[in-house]
Amino acid sequence: MRYSIFSLARNAATHHENWPLAWRSPEPKPAYDAIVVGGGGHGLATAYYLAKEHGISNVAVLEKGWLGGGNTGRNTTIVRSNYHLDPNEHFYEFSLKLWESLSQELNFNVMYSARGVLNLVHSPVDMDAALRRGNAMRLNGIDAEFLSRDEIAAWIPALDTSPSARFPILGGLLQPRGGTVRHDAVAWGYARAADARGVDIIQNCEVTGIRIENGAIAGVDTTRGSIATRKLGIAVAGNSSRLAAMAGIRLPIESHVLQAMVSEPIKPVLDTVVSSGAVHFYISQSDKGELVMGGDLDFYNSYAQRGNLPALEHVVAGCLALFPSFGRLRQLRSWGGIMDMTMDGSPIIAKLPVGGLTMTGGWCYGGFKATPASGWLHAYTMARGEPHPLNAAFTLERFAEGRMIDEKGAGPKPGAH
Amino acid sequence: MLLIPCPWCGARNQIEFTYGGDATLKRPPPDAPQEAWYEFVYLRDNPCGPHDELWLHSAGCRRWFKVRRDTRTHDILASARPDQALPGGPT
Amino acid sequence: MRQSHRLAAGGVVDRSRTLGFSFDGAAYEGHPGDTLASALLANGVHLIGRSFKYHRPRGIVTAGADEPNALVQLARGARTEPNTRATQQELYEGLSAESQNRWPSLSFDLGALNDVFSPLFPAGFYYKTFMWPPGPRWWLKYEHLIRRAAGLGRAPREPDPDYYQHRFAHCDVLVIGGGPAGLAAAQVAARCGARVMLCDENAAFGGSLRGDATPIDGAPGTSWVDARIGELGANGDVTLLPRTTAFGYYDQNLIGLVERVADHLPEPPPFTPRQRLWHVRAGVVVLASGALERGIAYAGNDLPGTMLAGAARVYVTRYGVKPGTRAVIFANNDSAYDAAMRLHEAGIAIAAIADARPEAALSGEYPQRARAAGMPILPGGAIVAAHGRLRVAGVDLAPLGGGAARRVDCDLVCVSGGWNPAVHLYSQSRGKLRYDDALATFVPDASPQAIVAAGAANGKSDLSAVLTDGHAAGLAAAARAGFAARTAQSAPVAAVVSTGALQALWSVPSRRSAKCFVDWQNDVTVADIALAAREGYRSVEHLKRYTTLGMGTDQGKTANIVGLALLAAELGVSIPQVGTTTFRPPYTPVTMGTLAGHEVGANLEPTRYSAMHDWHVEHGARMLNAGLWKRPHSYPRPGESEDDAANREAKNVRSNVGVVDVSTLGKIELQGRDVAEFLNRVYINRWDTLAVGRCRYGVMLRDDGMVFDDGTTSRFAESHYVMTTTTLNAVNVMQHLEYLLQVEWPELQVFATSVTEQWAAAALSGPMAREVLAGLVSIDVSNAAFPFLAVGECELIAGAARIPARLFRMSYSGELAYEIHVPVTHGRAMWEAVIAAGAPFGIMPYGTEAMSTLRIEKGHVVVGPEADGRTTADDLGLGKLVSPAKACIGKPLLARPALTAPERWQLVGLTAIDGTIPRGGKLVADPEQAAPIPMQGHVSSWCWSPNLGASIGLALLARGRARHGETLWAVSPLADARVKVRVGPPCFIDPEGERLRV
Repeated sequence: MRYSIFSLARNAATHHENWPLAWRSPEPKPAYDAIVVGGGGHGLATAYYLAKEHGISNVAVLEKGWLGGGNTGRNTTIVRSNYHLDPNEHFYEFSLKLWESLSQELNFNVMYSARGVLNLVHSPVDMDAALRRGNAMRLNGIDAEFLSRDEIAAWIPALDTSPSARFPILGGLLQPRGGTVRHDAVAWGYARAADARGVDIIQNCEVTGIRIENGAIAGVDTTRGSIATRKLGIAVAGNSSRLAAMAGIRLPIESHVLQAMVSEPIKPVLDTVVSSGAVHFYISQSDKGELVMGGDLDFYNSYAQRGNLPALEHVVAGCLALFPSFGRLRQLRSWGGIMDMTMDGSPIIAKLPVGGLTMTGGWCYGGFKATPASGWLHAYTMARGEPHPLNAAFTLERFAEGRMIDEKGAGPKPGAH
Repeated sequence: MLLIPCPWCGARNQIEFTYGGDATLKRPPPDAPQEAWYEFVYLRDNPCGPHDELWLHSAGCRRWFKVRRDTRTHDILASARPDQALPGGPT
Repeated sequence: MRQSHRLAAGGVVDRSRTLGFSFDGAAYEGHPGDTLASALLANGVHLIGRSFKYHRPRGIVTAGADEPNALVQLARGARTEPNTRATQQELYEGLSAESQNRWPSLSFDLGALNDVFSPLFPAGFYYKTFMWPPGPRWWLKYEHLIRRAAGLGRAPREPDPDYYQHRFAHCDVLVIGGGPAGLAAAQVAARCGARVMLCDENAAFGGSLRGDATPIDGAPGTSWVDARIGELGANGDVTLLPRTTAFGYYDQNLIGLVERVADHLPEPPPFTPRQRLWHVRAGVVVLASGALERGIAYAGNDLPGTMLAGAARVYVTRYGVKPGTRAVIFANNDSAYDAAMRLHEAGIAIAAIADARPEAALSGEYPQRARAAGMPILPGGAIVAAHGRLRVAGVDLAPLGGGAARRVDCDLVCVSGGWNPAVHLYSQSRGKLRYDDALATFVPDASPQAIVAAGAANGKSDLSAVLTDGHAAGLAAAARAGFAARTAQSAPVAAVVSTGALQALWSVPSRRSAKCFVDWQNDVTVADIALAAREGYRSVEHLKRYTTLGMGTDQGKTANIVGLALLAAELGVSIPQVGTTTFRPPYTPVTMGTLAGHEVGANLEPTRYSAMHDWHVEHGARMLNAGLWKRPHSYPRPGESEDDAANREAKNVRSNVGVVDVSTLGKIELQGRDVAEFLNRVYINRWDTLAVGRCRYGVMLRDDGMVFDDGTTSRFAESHYVMTTTTLNAVNVMQHLEYLLQVEWPELQVFATSVTEQWAAAALSGPMAREVLAGLVSIDVSNAAFPFLAVGECELIAGAARIPARLFRMSYSGELAYEIHVPVTHGRAMWEAVIAAGAPFGIMPYGTEAMSTLRIEKGHVVVGPEADGRTTADDLGLGKLVSPAKACIGKPLLARPALTAPERWQLVGLTAIDGTIPRGGKLVADPEQAAPIPMQGHVSSWCWSPNLGASIGLALLARGRARHGETLWAVSPLADARVKVRVGPPCFIDPEGERLRV
């Protein structure tokens, strides 16, 4: 059934008792043309685009828990394409363009809110770097503006723009088309759309082994039986190393915990997304009224999906440094996700050294905003057996070749990206 | 909050320490083939479970040491000086 | 009539004093000991707020942290606080509160139109609509309206005037919860000799015993509590923390507590924090957090005047308040009858008790007493609907299995569906829960951390069992912490009350158009849960996110179990199969200021000052942040802009002499037999050839071959070297060296010590530098005696004083220059001596801006702009420094194909042909073409050069070294700027370095 105000009104008349299932819960078949491991946004998007763009609908998405229950349900919902290096700029801009029409594409309101993403600068060095990045964006045809401190003060009155701040704000780089998207809606929207095209979404099905014959994928072993396939795509960022290990592959990835939190809901007080490099912090206000915020990693390997107090305290301290009037608001929920931190801070969307095996992972902080493009390009790579120009640079081999894509310049230290 | 057992100072709060990553890596000799250096610098086991890792007691004695910590539960299982082995492991 | 519903006696309130307060502008009175909720009820006020989505009128439901409805905007001005739970806020004189989320008023709220149109707004409706017209613009318009309707209270507009403290504490046993179980546990653990901390979220200890005279060990419960607190308070090894909530359980038994030091006062007393965050490392935790009551969903179960039965009991016994005059009770368990008895004793008429259970289940002591008191009991009965508008006026009672309903008038409905142990912290400790059929809820099972649950939190219902369980937990905790009881310790005793079994009931069937609320705050109904299941949102996490059940400020404390039980019924599976959502911190919301603690304002990060800081400020320097340091940007004279000052300073260095404070540079002492070998391994160039009394520029690579840091290292004696690093990387380099020496190469005998803060340093630069220095130091600084790159120890003459100093003849500016390092306590004296000695030669202090101009003129690369983590030594023109004769860190991976490719971006100099090189400019061939315009490089540093009279810069440009003489465009679309530039070598002045060597 198509979602619209009309179907909503029609169903209201029958007490909403006739809405159909958003997605089926089928039993896994013995074989599929393609299997995607990971029922988060990236995996579900991959399956959707396999069906939609490549006519491959005999696809299973295998999810060890409940779809969208991993990082897709745990991020701070920011979308943007304000990167510096060409491969990232082109990739994330492709993703942003997909975000712009995704609600209509999926017939599911993902609430893409182009409210802007503002990166504050606090030092001349920050300013130079931000200007370089903004200029690169503009030369690539991506929207970017530099705002003065006074313009920022007028737009965001809650921000401390005074010269007496510990790290005074000098200005900021704004991407007007950046903003937020409702994260749960992305998982559910892609799931419903993929299911409608014949994709089987198998939840509570954990992959326990990958079967390889003659150097090529033959299938997977799972907690719900063995399933055969010749095309296997891994979309489990956070757990990429564990899946790759099943295929005998080591990755340039450390899994780290990233915490985030929300405040209690309050009336509108912040109309854009604000981030700061000096205090390592980012914040926006959800449509429910909650302030959603996050900052640095905890800085140790973890698969626990939770962190410890010091990291959270630093995030909140960063928040209050920028927004001193938020001190009396209360933190309502805090949680953690598992981030695939790579050795250059950029992702891996590529074929792996086993025939028919691909992955999309290594997303570091960039995973949520990458969802549509990651799915689209991963599907392309799976279907065609070759990368698309937009993901051609994001190979596993780039590290051995010296072609790192390192936005921060931090080098082979995953936690530093 | 992690309670990290510095072999010299005893168990201290995590805020006194800096993380150093995988402790099982072996620096290849300078003339080793590229492949060995690539693996050393870039590839990681990244286990879900017991992980031998390096920590620096940066706000204390400023010594580096090894800890075995379970990355799934954050349980701390053992610690050792750099020249000692963690239980059942190589030095 | 004042306090129309206050009982003449009873409870913990102090009737001898009256407190005035206001709610929505109306003035009321209460007493010390009241919460805002109890005081409002005492004044007969039940309508407290409007629900989140439907804006339905709502009243007080609970008496504690689990309150979903009674949220108020507390106080005004800078101390205003949204979403404050009236059930927890202690009353103080002059308290002012307002209801939230309503316009124009609480009793007439236009938002209630949402309720009228509610069929269009079921759970998740926003995912199904708002997609037309297409395009981001339209969603922004919809969102604008939605956001105004959403949210509850308002954020303050001024900075928080209060401050917050952090504390760290250790104890052997932390008891969370000071009710009967917690007090029993704390008491016995303390008697066993353990260090005990006991916290309770209320103002006073006692928990369910507050205001309750039920006998324990023969004395009234209240006296038993007083005796426990007396004994514990007198014990020096016990810390009592009232008004303190344990909110988070972290690794290795670290528990976060929030102590509300001053929230019961209009403002904190002087020198007192408003709240305190305790980080407690406990040997063992006893979780005596009690149990939270749940309701039963029926049509109209959200009218003001509807509350949980246990809460009604608390208002009567603890606060001496009548929550109504005529009550209907609806329950499935015996505890509601105890509540009914208390209400009855307080003079509230009990119009009916509808008990979902059959007659045979009502054999317990409490139902018997109620029957004996003449209360009308309806076994197998239920409330099928409630009536009223802003207050409940009556309910329809009917048999659960179906049958005719009859109306009963009432102004108070007390509901009890059972009790859920407050297992949140247990689950946060990674403890497993198990489903208890008898209690129809989850109870603690086992935890890998050192925690034991006790009392109601452990599934015990009856006071006698609670006390025994608490006592046992305290003994076990103390023993586990190493404090086994040395003498026999007997548990406190209360009479055992015979209790009938509970019968699970989650909702009452109703008309399809009726609303039966499960989550009051977020307006989640039984129908919403059915809808979620129908559409496939079948995991408990999906249910929560789709319907928003449990996502309000009350975190679903009254709603979650009911919700998942209803989901289980919809799916036809058992409740344990559905399971619970993940319990995460905080248990109740925590003020952000409390989490930040001291790290606010200037204390966000430490500020590092040079020894000469005050001199700079006194002499008009404009200070800026360089990382954590404060450094002078320039020293503008009156009427001079900063740019003019920097240009003046830079020009002066090349024509006369200048001095700059370089104290922030990293400095590391390296001593030992193997320092030269160590330097050979960490730097690209060779160090075994460095003679005593000489220094050398060095570059360090990361293991991946990229430039990491640069600096100079000097040799003062056979085995004594001093390394400098950049300011930015001082900490990182030190850590890197320590790691190499301790982990990788322990066989090297090298001792490394950071001395960044021990030495103040100044760089004296310019053609007159030697003249200035000659009279200032005790050694011969002629070119022959102290040539370029010489180092040595000497004394600095500052008036009568002789300051030990290190002298380095190295130059960042490209002029004749010396760095003078003195022990930090002599920094200012050294600086003043240099300024005085330089006065006849036109010395000027210069700041980081002039320093930058000078180094750009010379083409020196800087970590950050040029050495940006993506460049090799060769990219920066330093390839020749890489010694072929030895290995070093980073060399092996430098051989990777992409790192030696000819199209790499290489360091070049740029001179503007017309205009000013734009900041952050990118280098392109044709700025007119349509985007995407290929970028061939970027401007990494830029300045106006007063010494050249031109706008110059350094840049990284593809194949740069082969392109000297070419013209390109440096463009900044952000600044709408495009400038033609000529590419050339990066050094603009004295490329042969003659000025250095005079």
